[in-house]
Amino acid sequence: MRRKRKILILVAAILIVFGLLSYYLSNNSVPVLSPSGLVATKQKQLMILALALAAIVVLPVYSLTIIIALKYRETNRKAKYDPDWDHSRVLETIWWLVPMAIILVLSVITWKSSHSLNPYKPLASSGKTLNVEVVALDWKWLFIYPQQGVASVNRLEMPVSTPVHFYITSDTVMNSFWIPALAGQIYAMPGMTTQLNLEANKIGTFAGSSANISGEGFAGMTFSAVSAPLYKFNEWLAQAKSSTNSLSVAMYQQLARPSQYNPVAYYKQPVNGLFNAIINRYMMPNQSLASGVQM
Amino acid sequence: MFGSLFGRFNQGNVFPDSKITASAAIGIVVLIVVVLSLITITRRWKWLWNEWLTTTNHKKIGVMYIIVAIVMLLRGASDAAMVRLQQATSVGVHHGFMSASMFQQVVSAHGTIMIFFAAMGLMFGLINLVLPLQIGTRDVAFPFVNATSFWLFAAGALLINVSLGLGDFSGAGWLAYPPLSELKYSPTTGVDYWIWSLQIAGIGSLMSGINFITTIMKERARGMSLMKMPLFSWSVLGSMLLVAFAFPILTVTLTLLALDRTLGMHFFTAGGGGNAMMYVNLIWAWGHPEVYILVLPAFGIFSEVVSTFSSKRLFGYKSMVWAIMAITVLSYSVWLHHFFTMGASSNVNAVFGIATMLIAIPTGVKIFNWLFTMYRGRIRFASPMIWFMGFVFLFTMGGVAGVLLAVPAIDFQLHNSLFLVAHFHTMIVSGVLFGYFAGLTYWFPKVFGYRLNERLGKYAAYLWIVGFVLAFGPLYILGLMGATRRLDHYSAATGWHVMFIAAGIGGAVIACGIGVQIIQVIYSYLKRDSTRDITGDPWNARSLEWSTASPAPFYNFAALPVVSSRDAFWEMKHAKKRPEIPELEPLHLPKNTPAGLFIATFAFLFGFGMIWHLWWLALIGVLGIIMTVLIRVTSGEHEETISVKQLKEVEASLTNWRDYA
Repeated sequence: MRRKRKILILVAAILIVFGLLSYYLSNNSVPVLSPSGLVATKQKQLMILALALAAIVVLPVYSLTIIIALKYRETNRKAKYDPDWDHSRVLETIWWLVPMAIILVLSVITWKSSHSLNPYKPLASSGKTLNVEVVALDWKWLFIYPQQGVASVNRLEMPVSTPVHFYITSDTVMNSFWIPALAGQIYAMPGMTTQLNLEANKIGTFAGSSANISGEGFAGMTFSAVSAPLYKFNEWLAQAKSSTNSLSVAMYQQLARPSQYNPVAYYKQPVNGLFNAIINRYMMPNQSLASGVQM
Repeated sequence: MFGSLFGRFNQGNVFPDSKITASAAIGIVVLIVVVLSLITITRRWKWLWNEWLTTTNHKKIGVMYIIVAIVMLLRGASDAAMVRLQQATSVGVHHGFMSASMFQQVVSAHGTIMIFFAAMGLMFGLINLVLPLQIGTRDVAFPFVNATSFWLFAAGALLINVSLGLGDFSGAGWLAYPPLSELKYSPTTGVDYWIWSLQIAGIGSLMSGINFITTIMKERARGMSLMKMPLFSWSVLGSMLLVAFAFPILTVTLTLLALDRTLGMHFFTAGGGGNAMMYVNLIWAWGHPEVYILVLPAFGIFSEVVSTFSSKRLFGYKSMVWAIMAITVLSYSVWLHHFFTMGASSNVNAVFGIATMLIAIPTGVKIFNWLFTMYRGRIRFASPMIWFMGFVFLFTMGGVAGVLLAVPAIDFQLHNSLFLVAHFHTMIVSGVLFGYFAGLTYWFPKVFGYRLNERLGKYAAYLWIVGFVLAFGPLYILGLMGATRRLDHYSAATGWHVMFIAAGIGGAVIACGIGVQIIQVIYSYLKRDSTRDITGDPWNARSLEWSTASPAPFYNFAALPVVSSRDAFWEMKHAKKRPEIPELEPLHLPKNTPAGLFIATFAFLFGFGMIWHLWWLALIGVLGIIMTVLIRVTSGEHEETISVKQLKEVEASLTNWRDYA
């Protein structure tokens, strides 16, 4: 009887924990599991598939552990005791081969998904792709829209259902550019460009951050990624263009100075070639940023 | 002119500006003064010097490793508690009790200390205690090198704690990625403390690795072919092979970073031709094998524990050996999975992803073999088995998370998030730490002659398991919610607060578990007369270490055992005919020497000099090491002889299974 009661209490406790947890999760955003972007959705599906495959090994392990531990406990004298039984070719072959088979399947999935979800691969689309240049600074994100001629700090605006191609670098230490609702992350590294492609398929404001420690102001390196209908995006562009500040070399150098928890800021007319000049300066440290821009 | 004599001490701000750090530093100084005064008052200096500081006996070195490691474990756990407290309170308009830079130092110190000084220390401690006994020899191959390794480890541990009181510690994460760890972005002493404490301890680890490989290859008991060697010894062989090939990479990487920081070179700087990606590759080419260095001996411990407490032969011995060796080799081919997000091509990422998953195969095989060792056994659920059960459940779950992370396309979404943090804590806490706790409980009587209290041991295990689920379950969820690691503050709008509080409660439960373990050690010591092991074999075990008395005499075996089967001691116990007691012969054992202690002291001075740019002190350190080594190698007799008469006197005072039965 006491044992039964114990089991009941355990089951009840587990149910309560899961109840509370699902209540909590339904009231908060879990971007990786409820994505709003094309790439993030595929990544989530992949995650569930891999989890299901892993379950083929995990469930037997868990049930075997419980059954064996209960049955062969010392106090159960009815169970068979066979102290010298120490190998079985059949059994051992099974548990070498079954995990191998699962890993084989997973390997195929890994190979295919690494290529299909390569962050550098532009997304297929009938419409135009938006290009955005991203610069990680101490401790804020600068987004340059070269074709639209605007730039913003800590706010990324993009039209919904439109592929966005990011070119990413850092003008400080290594950071990692991550908008979990839309796609996985990629490092931002000084003197180098990395790329990321994504497409928001829902309208909304999503959290973005740096996922790699970058010094004192690291925790404040968050930004909003807004996916809006095209007309709203155009309104936003107009608003940014009406900013009093234009992103000249001098303005950029002022912006690049360390600062924490930066508010959103907009700039018009980012100077041509700024992104490349920022990268090239790491190859030619003696050259000024201004001369790099003119090249 | 004399300015350069004081190096970085001229730059001001030598003492910590945080009250917490300052009080920790003062606390440590007070503790050291109290301990030294106690030794002086009780007139134990001579005893300490002769019995411990100059010892070359592997069991005493093992005990010292474990004492240092436990002190460092407590330091690392305090860091963890501070992280949990900060993250549970630093939300929205509230900023926690630590500044961002202090928080980052605490996070970096936690990781560094737990891996290099807690886990590595416990591992080398256990190996020292058990390995020579288990393979039936009297000491390691190079006892003096072994002592030096330990003292270098202790010097590194001391150096990292000096950073509490003088200067600061690195805030660049436990692996100090450049450019953040370069002089431009971390101009203070912090990263230098990190470099030199790891460098000193790391050299010790490398020497230990070579020492144990040699010991296993050359010193096994007669008749113990490799395929008759107990599984713990096999796992140590795998682990030490990894040490011997991985630690040189660490040494070189740290040296290059030190050259960048000290001499203005450009190996890893941003600009000037440096490339930080090179560092990230190198550090993980060491760092990934390091994980297996730690976990393989824990696997070995579980193999001994499961077989002993199931009173049954280990299932699938050959499979187990192949699995260990497969893991040893494969662990070198997966390092890139720590940075799929660096932008390598799909082909590269996919190859490393698949290589990573391959490791799941031998690991899975090991788990099935343990389960079938229990099958048709008579399982005694003593506390080592409780740790094992916790390990099976948690480690398997962590393994599933690992398989997800191994798929590059999925990893982009989980990398650097708290999901990742939860994953590797699952592997290292349940795999490594639970394994070592099981091993410490299991072999404790062999070293000290009495058992640890079982009831308290079980309570501790339950608290750890429950606390772990509570502390790290929320982190898995937080990662999926987009929470990244090492955040000293977050916005209330994220909704993460509740989960961080839950994780904090879990941390508190783990702290209770640690508390119970401390009480367990004290209580067991006070009640030691009731749990004395007079047979030498308290668990009805199977391997050679249990054939000698508990505590094992300083020469381990009066006559070296001869082995004819895998479970050598089990066979001896169950043989129809008792083996004859062989004629005793005089023994040759290594003499005590203070040289290891001196070398480590000079290494400490060298490290301190390098950190503070006291070049004269660094020079004294280097010359001191060279002189000590020269004096040691040119001095005469390093061994002493124990006569048969002395041997018989000691043996008469011991009891073990032979004369007890």
